[in-house]
Amino acid sequence: MVIAVAIVRMHNLFAAVMLSGIYSLLMASIFVILDAVDVAFTEAAVGAGISTVLMLGTLSLTTSREKIHVRPSIIPLIVVIATGGMLLYGASGMPEFNNPDAPIHQHVAPRYINVSPVEVGVPNMVTSVLASYRGYDTLGELTVIFTAGVGVMLLLGRRRRVKKDPVASSDNTAKNDPDAPEKNAATPEVST
Amino acid sequence: MAWLGHFNYWIFVFLMMAGFYTVIARGNLIKKIVGLNIFQTSVFLLYITMGKVAGGTAPIVPEGGSEGVVYSNPIPHVLILTAIVVGVATTALGLALIVRINEAYGTIEEDEIQDIEESGDKKERAT
Repeated sequence: MVIAVAIVRMHNLFAAVMLSGIYSLLMASIFVILDAVDVAFTEAAVGAGISTVLMLGTLSLTTSREKIHVRPSIIPLIVVIATGGMLLYGASGMPEFNNPDAPIHQHVAPRYINVSPVEVGVPNMVTSVLASYRGYDTLGELTVIFTAGVGVMLLLGRRRRVKKDPVASSDNTAKNDPDAPEKNAATPEVST
Repeated sequence: MAWLGHFNYWIFVFLMMAGFYTVIARGNLIKKIVGLNIFQTSVFLLYITMGKVAGGTAPIVPEGGSEGVVYSNPIPHVLILTAIVVGVATTALGLALIVRINEAYGTIEEDEIQDIEESGDKKERAT
């Protein structure tokens, strides 16, 4: 919680990214306490590891200082407080923490817990549900990752080709307009 | 102790609003992505909280047999595993977009990009 506030207030982006790594790691330990060991593994590896590396890479390609704003941010604050109030009101209707009679534990969960070690043969129920009962979810997840990978490659692969070409060092499309001065390449009409 | 029963939900709401505020109030694009991550993690916390059962353990069958062992609910864990991976894919895509934006505009501040856009429009109209 404290770290989240620090991230929001931090103007040095490098420190904010580092703090978000620490935040992910803390979240992973909370997941261990809440019995979700698989989720904690993934969060520690992906949230604290890969995300931080990706963000550091982006910082090295861009800048690590945030501009300090003086503009008032009252409206976002009001929106956030209103939404938070509504969420708190909604959360008060949730079943209590730790309650084994909550509706979420009544539907298919008992079946998974009782039968899945026999049906699938894997002692880890999370694995058997993920790969067997909800296998289509995992397939969809892979589709999402594939799409994201293709997107990143399209976005960054184009850039690399531009960098190799020293004549048009500003932008690909600038080549179409030889009269455009170097400075114009930074304007939106050429960089679409 | 009734008021303590929803303590995790309060933390969830607080974290989610912190992330939400970062996304809508900050002009820096990388800061927005970090805020989005906080937002996501708060949702993970909500799901995992719902799956916890008093006296339960991680949903893995121990070697000696499982008589009398209480497990936490595995379904939210599965859903959140998927969500974490999808989240990092989204983050990667967003960061790649930021890198491209920085190349095209030379800045990652929202209002500066807006200024460049507007001045470009004016230039276009003048010619």
